[in-house]
Amino acid sequence: MNDQRPVVIIIFVFLIGLVLLTKLFMIQVMDDSFIRKAERNAIQRVVDHPYRGLVYDRNGKLLVYNNPIFDLMIVPKEFEVGDTTRFLNLFGITKEHLIESYQAARKYSYVKPSTFIKQISTNDFAKIQDFLIDYPGLFIMTRSVRSYPEPVASHALGYIGEISGRQLELDSSGYYVQGDYVGLSGMERFYEDEMRGKKGVKYKMVNVRGIDKGPFKDGEYDTASVAGHNINSSIDMELQKYGELLMQGKTGSVVAIEPKTGEILSMISAPFYDPNSLTGAEFSKSYRALNSLETKPLFNRPIMATYPPGSIFKIVQSLIGLQEGILTPETTFACNKSLVACHNHPSPVNLFGAIRNSCNPYYHQAFRQIINQEVSSNTYKDTEIGLNAWRDRVLKFGLGGKLGVDMPNEKGGDVPSSKYYDHFYGNGRWKYSTIYSLSIGQGELLVTPLQMANLAAIFANKGYYYTPHLVKAIDGDKSRIPQEYLTKHQVGVDAHHFDMVQDAMVQALYGTAQRAIMKDIQIAGKTGTAQNPHGEDHSVFIAFAPKDNPQIAIAVYVENAGWGGRAAASTASLMIEKYLKDSISRPDLEKYVITGNFIY
Amino acid sequence: MREKDININRVDWITVMIYFVLVMIGWFNIYAAVYDGQVNKSIFDTSINSGIQLVWIGTAIAIIIVIMAADYRLFENLAIPIYLVMLVLLLLTPFLGKEVNGQILTIGFGSFRIQPGEFAKFATALALAKFMERPTFDLSKTKYQLQAFGVLLLPIVLIILQPDTGTAMVYFSMLIMFYREGLPQKFYVLGIGIIAIALLALGIENNLYLAGAIVVIVAILIMMGKKTPQQIIAFSVIGIALIAFTYSLDFVVSKLPEHQQNRIMVLFNPDLDPLGVGWNVTQSKIAIGSGGLAGKGYLQGTQTKFDFVPEQHTDFIFCTLGEEFGWLGSFVVISLFVAMITRLVLMAERQKNRFNRIYGYCVISILMFHFMINIAMTIGLFPVVGIPLPFFSYGGSSLWSFTILLFVFIKMDSARALQLGRMG
Repeated sequence: MNDQRPVVIIIFVFLIGLVLLTKLFMIQVMDDSFIRKAERNAIQRVVDHPYRGLVYDRNGKLLVYNNPIFDLMIVPKEFEVGDTTRFLNLFGITKEHLIESYQAARKYSYVKPSTFIKQISTNDFAKIQDFLIDYPGLFIMTRSVRSYPEPVASHALGYIGEISGRQLELDSSGYYVQGDYVGLSGMERFYEDEMRGKKGVKYKMVNVRGIDKGPFKDGEYDTASVAGHNINSSIDMELQKYGELLMQGKTGSVVAIEPKTGEILSMISAPFYDPNSLTGAEFSKSYRALNSLETKPLFNRPIMATYPPGSIFKIVQSLIGLQEGILTPETTFACNKSLVACHNHPSPVNLFGAIRNSCNPYYHQAFRQIINQEVSSNTYKDTEIGLNAWRDRVLKFGLGGKLGVDMPNEKGGDVPSSKYYDHFYGNGRWKYSTIYSLSIGQGELLVTPLQMANLAAIFANKGYYYTPHLVKAIDGDKSRIPQEYLTKHQVGVDAHHFDMVQDAMVQALYGTAQRAIMKDIQIAGKTGTAQNPHGEDHSVFIAFAPKDNPQIAIAVYVENAGWGGRAAASTASLMIEKYLKDSISRPDLEKYVITGNFIY
Repeated sequence: MREKDININRVDWITVMIYFVLVMIGWFNIYAAVYDGQVNKSIFDTSINSGIQLVWIGTAIAIIIVIMAADYRLFENLAIPIYLVMLVLLLLTPFLGKEVNGQILTIGFGSFRIQPGEFAKFATALALAKFMERPTFDLSKTKYQLQAFGVLLLPIVLIILQPDTGTAMVYFSMLIMFYREGLPQKFYVLGIGIIAIALLALGIENNLYLAGAIVVIVAILIMMGKKTPQQIIAFSVIGIALIAFTYSLDFVVSKLPEHQQNRIMVLFNPDLDPLGVGWNVTQSKIAIGSGGLAGKGYLQGTQTKFDFVPEQHTDFIFCTLGEEFGWLGSFVVISLFVAMITRLVLMAERQKNRFNRIYGYCVISILMFHFMINIAMTIGLFPVVGIPLPFFSYGGSSLWSFTILLFVFIKMDSARALQLGRMG
């Protein structure tokens, strides 16, 4: 019997070997999960954040740059506080803060580093730098925040902030992770893809205590970060600064455009805020404070506020009338105040006089002819056909829809169609008498200040515009800007019709905006008053100059400042002078605007 | 002189070769386990463990030369004295030794320390061989069974007192030798049955299922049996006893020291406490499992190098091999162990006297146990037991004791031609 037993023992040994090798085969060859677990253990992925693109103004002056800030990181396992009082004094935190932050870090991971104190300024960093060596488990990680040499153009430039959970969900590229900074408004948001650059990644090996043991595979899989592209903005920083000086203490918008290109020279939303306040550690606090203000400084008025265009719209009406052949420069109407109210001026007037005097009854009568061309014998039907044909012409002026400026959250305003009135009054139950307010830019019409500035550019260009935009070049290369900003849009009105309109706009200043007149620069402009049911009317003015070779087209809105000829026209005139001559020859007018007592 | 007749050609070179191959692979792996790419010390640097291990290897070779040069009868004649001296040393260790992690395992002076528990295996093997070589000794008789277990039990009790459960468990491997020497099979059937039921009882959450299974099996056995009253009663009693055992096991386990309880529980559910007790096994499995088929390459392992696996150069040295050489490396080493043990079985069987054969089987039993349990624990097949992988693990006591154990047998084997046949 015992002769078999050695054989049994040998079989047993082979069986052990087989069992061990089978189990090893299962965990080594069949199961991949251990490879991933090993990598999670020992290989730390360190993201190398790219340098975000800078923003320059149209003359190469720096508008936005990156400022290094320092995060104090903690590895709870290695952390030793030593003398607590000394520690608290050095880092300028309270004991509660220390305990809270430590426990938060501890909860995240005992061995992996997490943020202990966020965004330490350069000054504070200099203070603690030399003492860090006394505190094992603490180290500094450098990041950068946006910084602004001049606190201007905050709305146009926008700000960056930590990506929200919703944005992360919507991000299909998979580029972003929790905690990444992303452009949240203005150009920062619109040109996010250009400016963010490309993240790099370094794989380093760490031991069980999280201590760095050098690059993984000698950095074979590491990638370097690629800096973001710089944006050459079309903004003129000096003009922007001057505009903000003029608009201080007021509510409203200034938009200045170079008519030949559609480049936005200046875009002011008042009240404004210091863009430096929405950076770094103070972001959330400042944001909450700004957001709770009655004056809504975060609201980007030039593209988000909509007003009835008022009298300025009469120029559009004139141009449509001329193009349709309904009006000629000689067409004359009486200033019949029983149709609609008007101020005192000679009557009857021809088209030139109607623009110059901003005659309401003239446009009431002209608009009726534009609308009711007797295409249909049914008055209601005829009005419907006329309105929609007219609306198509108005839309070509860049009204009634978003222009497509390079900023998020642009509003398109409104130009009502027949559908709107059908919905409101019922099909076939409205006619010209229902909609006549449109004739003088009132009623359901709504435009943004940006659309108004664009109108000024159209008048300056005699019938075309480029979509207004804030970008002049990317990395100095003009061809890299979005193609739509290089496309000329015709408004469908022949250029010769503009000659008379331009002359009338020059003359209009003598009637309604004498403050805006300059001796050596011929300004063409038109005042407007946006009716405000809640209080004093809004002062509106559009202009371009010089009339014969327009360099700048501008729209100014000053809320609750009454008549357009005062606040808005004065501001526009000073802006034009600043841009064209780079100096101000009218200190009294400047003082008048800055002081801001327009209601008298 | 008979010693001069010893022919170098009679030495079993196959075993010697496997021994040296394993020692060298072990040495390279010890270097890999302590290697730090940032410091980049040489494998010979005695400030790191691989350098020290080289010293141990050198002294082990000196020991081999001494053993091979000694009189082959020396070990047989000194078997009992060596055994007694070892018992005294084990008895004294708790009083003279140095405490590390709550265990007192080593005695010595300064940095020269030996672990009597390691050498006691050799002494016990010699004593058992001497004791059992008598022609009248018959393991099928209760009297002799008790005597053999007595010789075995003395060192076990003393080692458990240190306390070093892992090393004490090694002595139970002598059951393999007892098996060869004729201990009746029923003990093994019973033992394996109890172990199987114990594993099931611990592994299965609800003991009710197991009890149900036992009832069904007993019922089937009764149905298939002779259906005599005696047999029915016998089967029923065994069934009830097994169920009682199942339920008592949880109680017994709950009475074990906590760290041993945990080691057992983690075996069945390593995720129970991955950062605590489960850490060793979890990390060890990650290290080995991440090696894949061909491994990460020599010195390229990350898990073992960066201290994720505790005891990586001693008890968990197999992790380094598994991570850096993958399944193929594991295959080579496991094959070498299987080959060596098989070779030793063949050698034991060709011995002309019973003393040599019993000693040979003691060596086989000890190597088999260490090899099986050490690797099994690194891949989560067995609870963590602090025993080294023979010839591989870092440490002088371990390398010396296995070298002595093995080469004394090789010496006996090489001199077998000179011995009279006295097989029992």
